[in-house]
Amino acid sequence: MRYLLRRLGFFVLTLWAAVTVNFLIPRLMPGDPASAMMARFHGRVNPAAMHSLEVAFGVNTSQGLWSQYVTYLHNTVTGNFGTSLTYFPLSVSTEIRQALPWTLGLIGVATVMAFVVGTFIGTVSGWRRGGVVDSVVPPVFVVTSALPYFWVGMMLILVFSVMTNGALPNDGAYEVGAVPTFSWAFGYDVVRHALLPAAAILITSIGGWILTMRNNMVTVLAEDYVRMGRAKGLSDREIMYQYAARNALLPNLAGFAMSLGFVVSGAILVEYVFNYPGLGYMLLNAVNNLDYPLMQALFLMITIAVLVAVLICDFLTAWLDPRARSNG
Amino acid sequence: MSAALVAGTASETQASGRSQRHGADVLRAIRGNRKAMVGAFLLLVFTVLAIVPQWFTPVADPDAHQFGLLLAPSSAHPLGTTAFGQDILAQLIYGTRQSMVIAVVVGGLATLISVLIGVSAAYLGGVTDGVLSSITDIFLVIPTFPLIIVIAAYAGKGNLTVMILVLVVTGWSYGARQLRAQALSLRNRDFLESARVRGERPSYIIAVEVLPTMTSLILANFLGVALYAVLTAAGLQFIGLGDNSSMSWGTMLHWAQSNSALQTGQPLWVVAPGLCVAALGASFALLNYAFDEISNPALRPVRRPRAQRTRS
Repeated sequence: MRYLLRRLGFFVLTLWAAVTVNFLIPRLMPGDPASAMMARFHGRVNPAAMHSLEVAFGVNTSQGLWSQYVTYLHNTVTGNFGTSLTYFPLSVSTEIRQALPWTLGLIGVATVMAFVVGTFIGTVSGWRRGGVVDSVVPPVFVVTSALPYFWVGMMLILVFSVMTNGALPNDGAYEVGAVPTFSWAFGYDVVRHALLPAAAILITSIGGWILTMRNNMVTVLAEDYVRMGRAKGLSDREIMYQYAARNALLPNLAGFAMSLGFVVSGAILVEYVFNYPGLGYMLLNAVNNLDYPLMQALFLMITIAVLVAVLICDFLTAWLDPRARSNG
Repeated sequence: MSAALVAGTASETQASGRSQRHGADVLRAIRGNRKAMVGAFLLLVFTVLAIVPQWFTPVADPDAHQFGLLLAPSSAHPLGTTAFGQDILAQLIYGTRQSMVIAVVVGGLATLISVLIGVSAAYLGGVTDGVLSSITDIFLVIPTFPLIIVIAAYAGKGNLTVMILVLVVTGWSYGARQLRAQALSLRNRDFLESARVRGERPSYIIAVEVLPTMTSLILANFLGVALYAVLTAAGLQFIGLGDNSSMSWGTMLHWAQSNSALQTGQPLWVVAPGLCVAALGASFALLNYAFDEISNPALRPVRRPRAQRTRS
């Protein structure tokens, strides 16, 4: 219990840090970019929106930094991120609500799949030290883990879309003009569009899980309790999954939580390459349009998504590892 | 504290002698590891390209729009030309320098911060350790790339110094965590105890006794950050947040993408710079993995007879 409370505390602390960084960035940057943005949008948006922008970025206000901060925290907690400049007059929250499911669907599924499949391959590779799998796996996946995500996406487009005359789509989440419904036809369309971007994420992120799992397995297999299991005459299968893999998985789970930020970073670029209408694609559009309110809300949303995933990993660790439960 | 640490490393002759001995160990280990040899060879090639690009291409100004547009590969232009009439091979060769500079500078600075924070957290312990570890963990889980994008958008694009600073700020935490763990495990060893009994200052103990034993981990950390820096910088340049007029692989990919190189029959414009990023990244990753094997002999590839015994 103490362990979970501590992890919850860390979750809140990190969230607060991210929110505060978000508050400080526009105010601390040299050259006062917020005022420059105001000048650019003056006359193009209505006075009410202009005012909310001024509040959000601390321009033309007599409020002190501290009370600005309090207002900002209040707005953030209540989910009020202001008005988007690109999609005016829609609010930032509306925009994000449209993009979030696509990102969770694509990146969430691809990342979890990479972790599960990668962990399995790593288990097999570490178990059969010096076997066929193990002689191929490390060098290959060391190299794939060094590939740029977006470039892998572009190569997949080249091979499966351009060179094969559009065998697989490379643009958007569904056919232009299709109406999102819960039908088989639309589901098939969505899956077809998700194949290449998901493959790009899978190819580049799977190497890390395989290598760490393999190395954990190698370390765990040298432990006394594995030898004990052998002496008792347990089957290989039982030793492999019940004794070795279970213990080797724990550090890998912690590693998953830590490298999630990196995977999400790569996935943003994959969304951009495939024009996939998720948070990452929207973030880059917001940057190009200098839509600062949308940009900052997106950064916060992505951070929250990652933090929740980390928290889930912590809960899984507590469930799998009695040591984490007992001594926190 | 930090100043004392740096000064200690520079002035103590004994320290440099010791780190040289560790350096020799590391060199010998690299020679005996195939992954490390491949990585080191790639790194050597890119280093030479970065230092003297003019030796490898007859094109004097790779940025100038001086050739035919979108030419197919020929003996004059081995990789063809861009939509602006630039020689792709020459751009690749001249682009090496920026990637190498970013990798080395970011790797060096971030590793320095990792060492300072990780080792002092472990060595000082108590509340200091708690605070430093929390900061490290926060930096570790906040997704850095969106943060970098936001900062780069505000700070104005195209500034190499800003990019390097941001990469350093976001790249040190993983190493700090690893170095802290390693330093913690060293803390109660006998040789440190004896140094403490001799009455040495903490700064002396850290610089002369602790750091040299962590050489391979520090080097591995440098390589990990360098890999991160190369990939992230390429990503930033690709989406147009780098200096779009500078000569780099990421910028080449940016222009290739914005001119639809894949769809207009010039795929080499995309394939070649991406391969270079991948090859430089792979050289760091291979060396990094090899260092893992060097510092943990259990991970090294096994010979056949042993493998069969394990299987039975």
